[in-house]
Amino acid sequence: MLPLISHWLTQLVIGASLLLLTASVLGKITRYLTQQLTAQKSLVNRINRALPQTQCGQCGHPGCLPYARSISLGEASNKCPPGGQETILALAELLNEPVRGLDPAHGQFRDFSVAVIREGECIGCTKCIQACPVDAILGGPKLMHTVITSECTGCDLCVEPCPVDCIDMINHLAPAISHTTPPYSDLRSSLGANT
Amino acid sequence: MSTLKQLASKFLGHDSVFARRTAGGIQPPPFKEHSLRSRIMSTPIPPQLTIPIGPESSGEITRLVDIADQVLKYQKLAVISFSAKGRSDVPVHAPTSGVITSIENSIVADHSQQQQLCINLTVDGHDEALLLKPHTNHSQLSSADLVALIRDAGVIGMGGAGFPTADKLSAYSVLPIEFLIINAAECEPYISADEALLRERANRVVLGAEILKRACAAQRCIIAIEDTKPDAIAAIKQALLNEASNQQCCELVIVPSKYPAGSEKQLIQCATGIEIATGQHPTEHGIIMHNVGTAYAAYEAIIEGKPCISRFTTLCGQALKTPKNFEVLIGTAVGFLFELCGIEANKKQKSIVGGSLMGSELGNDKAATCKTTNCLIAASSNELQAPKAERACIRCGYCADACPSKLLPQQLFAFSKTLDTTQLLEHGILDCIECGACDYVCPSQLPLVSTYKESKKLIETRRQSLEYSDYWQQRFQFRQYRVKKEKDQALSRKLDAPLQSMQAAERAPKNKNNEADFISKEQASRDIAAAVARVKARRNEKNK
Repeated sequence: MLPLISHWLTQLVIGASLLLLTASVLGKITRYLTQQLTAQKSLVNRINRALPQTQCGQCGHPGCLPYARSISLGEASNKCPPGGQETILALAELLNEPVRGLDPAHGQFRDFSVAVIREGECIGCTKCIQACPVDAILGGPKLMHTVITSECTGCDLCVEPCPVDCIDMINHLAPAISHTTPPYSDLRSSLGANT
Repeated sequence: MSTLKQLASKFLGHDSVFARRTAGGIQPPPFKEHSLRSRIMSTPIPPQLTIPIGPESSGEITRLVDIADQVLKYQKLAVISFSAKGRSDVPVHAPTSGVITSIENSIVADHSQQQQLCINLTVDGHDEALLLKPHTNHSQLSSADLVALIRDAGVIGMGGAGFPTADKLSAYSVLPIEFLIINAAECEPYISADEALLRERANRVVLGAEILKRACAAQRCIIAIEDTKPDAIAAIKQALLNEASNQQCCELVIVPSKYPAGSEKQLIQCATGIEIATGQHPTEHGIIMHNVGTAYAAYEAIIEGKPCISRFTTLCGQALKTPKNFEVLIGTAVGFLFELCGIEANKKQKSIVGGSLMGSELGNDKAATCKTTNCLIAASSNELQAPKAERACIRCGYCADACPSKLLPQQLFAFSKTLDTTQLLEHGILDCIECGACDYVCPSQLPLVSTYKESKKLIETRRQSLEYSDYWQQRFQFRQYRVKKEKDQALSRKLDAPLQSMQAAERAPKNKNNEADFISKEQASRDIAAAVARVKARRNEKNK
C-alpha cells in the first residue's frame, strides 16, 4: 500500500483531487454569499423604488437610498412624509408587514408643492443652492437665485437655510417633466412594487 | 367556408360579409324614433357663433385672423398643430361670414368638456362665401392628394374621438391597409344622426367611403350597420346598386343590434373576425375605421371642395317638443338648438352631450357645438335619472356577461376600492372601453365605470410619480457625483499648493532678469515715495 501511495503519480492524483474539492467548496461558498448580497441589494433597490426620491431627509437619513438600506435592515417604514399613505402601503406590501400610519415625529403629508423664491428679496447668499439635493436652484454669489420648477422635488431643504426667508412652498398640481413617457408594456412590471 | 360565402353572396347580393358574434353587450331601448320622425334640417344661421379651435394645452394654435377682422364663409380662421405628438395640423374654417369680436377660452359641448380656445364671430347675415374648388372626378387624384385635401378641409373623426382623419388615412404609407370599415352601427341610445344621414344621403356617403378607400389605399371597404335600421340599409343597398358600375366599391355588413356594437374593437371583430389585442392598434392588422359622418365630410371636402363647417347632430329628450336631426354649423350654441326644437324650459332637468350611456352632463347651455358633438339631450326629470343609492355587490356576474371586453367588472371594482393597481392591470383595466354596459345591468346600482375612470387616473398618476422619482434619483446621484468631484479637485489643489509655490519661486528669478519688469518696479517705488512726500507736504501746510 505504502509504496503505492508514495508513487509520484498517485500523489499527483490525490493532490489534484484535493485541490478540486477545495476549489468547488470555495466556489459554492462564494456563490452563496453573492446570492445573499444580491438578494439584499435587490430588496434595497425595490424599497428605494417605492420611496418618492424627493431626497428630503425627513426620515433622518441623508437621502432615500440610505433610508431604503436602513429599512432593509429592520427600521420602521413609516417615516416618509412626502410619500404619504401610498408609500406606506407599497412598503408594507413589499415587506409583508402590517400597514401603519405615518409616524408624526417625521412630519405631515401634504400635497405636492414646489419652492418659489421671492426674487426681489433674494440677497444671493447661495445657501439654498448648496442645500438643494437635485441642483434645481440657479444663481451665483451676490446674484439673484431662482428655482427651476420642473426640477424641484418639493423637499423643503432650501427653506431652512435661507437667511432672509424669501422661499415659499407653493402648491403645484404635478411636476412638469419633458421626457417621453414609457409605453404601457413597461407598466405592468414597473407599477407592481412586489412583482 | 369560402364556398359557403360565395353561395351566400350569390343569393344575398351585398350581404356577402358575415357578422361574427362578439362578447357581452346589452340591448337597451333605443329611443331613436322621436328624432327620426322628421328629415334632417339645416339650422338658420345663428346671430353669434363660438367656433372652437381646440384646447390650448393639446397643441400649438396659430391664428390666421385677428379681432375686428371681416371674414367670409369657408375662410381659414386658425390652425391647431399637433406636431409635438407627431400629428399634422387641423385647420378651422368660418361657417359663415361676419366680424370676429373676440378670441377667448370657453366651454365646448364635447365629452371632455375642457375649456377650449374659441373664436367669437358676430354673423352679418349675408353669408358671403369664398369660391370653392370642387374635384368632381376624384378618381384622377392620387392618394396623397386626397389626404392633403381632406387635411386642408379640417376633417376630424365625427364619431366622437375627433382624431384628425388625414393622419388616420396616411397610415397606408407605413402599413398596408386591407379593410376600411365605415362605422354606421350607432348603437348608443338616443343618437340617430348617422342613421338619418344614411337614410337621406346614402349616395354621398358611399361616394365618401370610396374616396376614403382610395385615400388610404385599402383593398376592401365595409359599411357596417345595425340590423335595427331597415330604412338606412335599404338606402345603402340602393346607393351600392347605383355605384355598381364601379365594381366592388363597398360591401355591406349587417351586425346584430346590441350596445356597444359600434365600439372600434368590437365592430372590427364583428365585421372581420379579427380581435385586436391590448395595446395594439387596428392599423397593425391592416384595418382603418371611419365614421359615416367622416365619410360624408370627406365627400364634401373632395367632390364639393367644401371645408368641414357643419356636422349632423341629434337633438332629443323629453323636454323638446320636436326632437330632430340638424345639420349644425360648428360653433352654434346648444341653447340656440334647443330653442329651435321647442324646448320646454320648466321640463328640462339637465342637458347631456353624447348618448345616454357614455354622454356627460353639460353644465351650461351656452356651450358651443364642435366637430364631435353627435347628440344633445334635453332630459326631463323622468328620464336618465341619476342612479339610486348603491348597495353591496351580490356577485351575480351580470356585469361579466355584459362586458364587451371580456373583463370581470366586479373584480375590477373590488381592486379599485383597495387601490390595488397591480391587480387592476393584471385584470386588464386598460382594456375597459368605459361603455357603461356593466353600470346598466348592475342590480346593486354600483357606479362601476366612474370608479374605473378614477382607477385609470390613479394608475396614470402612479406611473407619473414613478417617472418623477426615477428622474429625481438621477438628478440626486448626479449632484453627489458633482459634489464629490469638486471636493476631490479642491483637495488636489491643496496638495499641489506647496509644489506650485516652489514652481513660482523657481519662476521668480527669471522675472528679475526681465528688464522691463525691473524698471516698472523701480518706477513704482519712486511713485510711492512721491505720493508719500505729497501727503507729508499737505499735512505740513495744514499744520501751519
